[in-house]
Amino acid sequence: MKREFLLTAEGVSKSFDGFKAIDDLNFHLEKGELRTIIGPNGAGKSTFLDLITGRTRPDTGTIEFQGKRLTGLREYEIYRLGIGRKFQTPSVYNDHTVYENILLGLEGPRGVWASLFQRISKACDDRIHEVLKTIGLESKAGHKAGSLAHGQKQWLEIGMLLAQNAELLLVDEPAAGMSDEETAKTGELLVSLAGKHSLLVIEHDMVFVRQLGSKVTVLHQGHVLCEGSLEHVQNDERVVEVYLGRKGKATHAAT
Amino acid sequence: MKSQISKRELVLGLVAAFGLIVVIPGLNAFTPESSPLHVSNFSINLWGQYLCLAIVAVGLDLLWGYTGLISLGQMLFFSLGGYALGMHLMLKIGRLGQYKSDLPDFMVFLGYPKLPAHWVPFAEFWFSALAVVWVPGLVALLFGYLAFRSRIRGVYFSILTQALTYAACLLFFRNELTLGGNNGFTDFKTLLGFQLADPATQRSLYIASAIALIAAYVFCRWLTLTKFGKVQRAVRDSENRVLFSGYAAANYKLFVFVAAAIISGVAGALYVPQTGIINPSQMEPSKSLEAIVWVAVGGRGTLIGPILGALGVNSLKSWATQAMPAYWPLLLGGLFMIVVIFAPRGIVGLGNQVGALLQRRKSEKTEDPAP
Repeated sequence: MKREFLLTAEGVSKSFDGFKAIDDLNFHLEKGELRTIIGPNGAGKSTFLDLITGRTRPDTGTIEFQGKRLTGLREYEIYRLGIGRKFQTPSVYNDHTVYENILLGLEGPRGVWASLFQRISKACDDRIHEVLKTIGLESKAGHKAGSLAHGQKQWLEIGMLLAQNAELLLVDEPAAGMSDEETAKTGELLVSLAGKHSLLVIEHDMVFVRQLGSKVTVLHQGHVLCEGSLEHVQNDERVVEVYLGRKGKATHAAT
Repeated sequence: MKSQISKRELVLGLVAAFGLIVVIPGLNAFTPESSPLHVSNFSINLWGQYLCLAIVAVGLDLLWGYTGLISLGQMLFFSLGGYALGMHLMLKIGRLGQYKSDLPDFMVFLGYPKLPAHWVPFAEFWFSALAVVWVPGLVALLFGYLAFRSRIRGVYFSILTQALTYAACLLFFRNELTLGGNNGFTDFKTLLGFQLADPATQRSLYIASAIALIAAYVFCRWLTLTKFGKVQRAVRDSENRVLFSGYAAANYKLFVFVAAAIISGVAGALYVPQTGIINPSQMEPSKSLEAIVWVAVGGRGTLIGPILGALGVNSLKSWATQAMPAYWPLLLGGLFMIVVIFAPRGIVGLGNQVGALLQRRKSEKTEDPAP
């Protein structure tokens, strides 16, 4: 019996100058699922997102989204299939206003000719304000994005993903640099999106991971060390070893 | 930049356009030479050339100021436009050349038996005029397609554009290219049947240059108001975000690069009948670097700045190359350094810079605790 997955990665490997960033990775994500990926520095978390979004290409293995092979597609082509990405360091257009940032993220035609003659319709304007309201930046609509605080930039970037209305949201460390209160709000937002969208969240902050309450995948040295609920994962001997750096007799040869 | 045109900008623009297109040529044509308001034929010709260079600056600003692409080879496209019209002008010399032949002088000199086949259609003005647009456009399209597809960015892109113009310069120096070698084209007589030596013809060319400059400005200004303009500036500030937001950044860059090349080509075609000469030295990398200085001095990312920069720096050049020719390169380099260090936003940005400085002084003063 084969289940339908939204995103599957099978036997994916990627080396940079001999360093195996991703090593025989197998990963499956269901439609509407919220999944958190954790793992120590250098475990290959961000590289995995790079592979999904077409920033780099795998040496071996395949990545499929809704049954379509992503390998070999360009970034913007992958985006157009319905995959949105928030970067680890907030990446917004500093010289544009908050409103314009969302506008550029808004779903719709992306071609050169379309962009020359496209007008902002009432529906677009409403949608932008709806997104701004969701991310709590409505009062900043006319401000330049460069003038925002770090946490607000993170939200703005999440807002751009919301505007895009992507099927799958890849969110890299959304809570980095946020206050506790902001972090909690971000968690609420992400949880509320699950179901309607599928989300893949990379996070370090364990309080935040607990708040998300999702299935957790632990990456280590480029492959999946362990998968399950947070409790299950935290009680896994190998995970404890990897995180605390204890040299034990336990093996990390998981296959 | 505001996303709508203000009334003030519109009025100022119309006044400037009226002054350039109507008042200045009017003062040349209808005032006696003795009048203090008279604009001499020499000045009209000189300012016509400056306006052409300002057109290049506007195109370069579209690339550099708005898209973050520093092209160090913009005068290549200018030269290609100039050569395309130059071929037509050469054929229209007819038997008035030194050798009294149907062939252009350099062909007689080099012993051509007859006109090469690819020269023949350039006898038609319309063919030449089209070539002014499509030749620079096509070169930019091919080069840009390869460069942007291969993700060549930043300083690597700049170096390649410089190499491109230098390679073209060396190519045009060769007689085998059938484009006059190192002498290029000169000694033009007529354009569309009008004598180029006639002040009225030069005045018309000045007016055409002014109209072309305003058209280039209006096009670029319009572009900044569209969603295209927003994407363009987004590419400049965060190209990765643009890519991962589903925009094919390479296509946007290619569009801008081709547009800037065509703008430069048209400027070159207007420039050549006003200077009366086009040769490969126009493609030397230093010429394109001068264009960079115009934009930097005027203020990139403002459109009006590069125009002022081109007019200002070239006026300075005309004066300096007569008053102290040996020191001109030093002066130009010094000017560039001063601007980069002390006024990174150029002349146009100075107002804001001074304003910000005063603001800071003022707030510092008010923050001082009372003694």
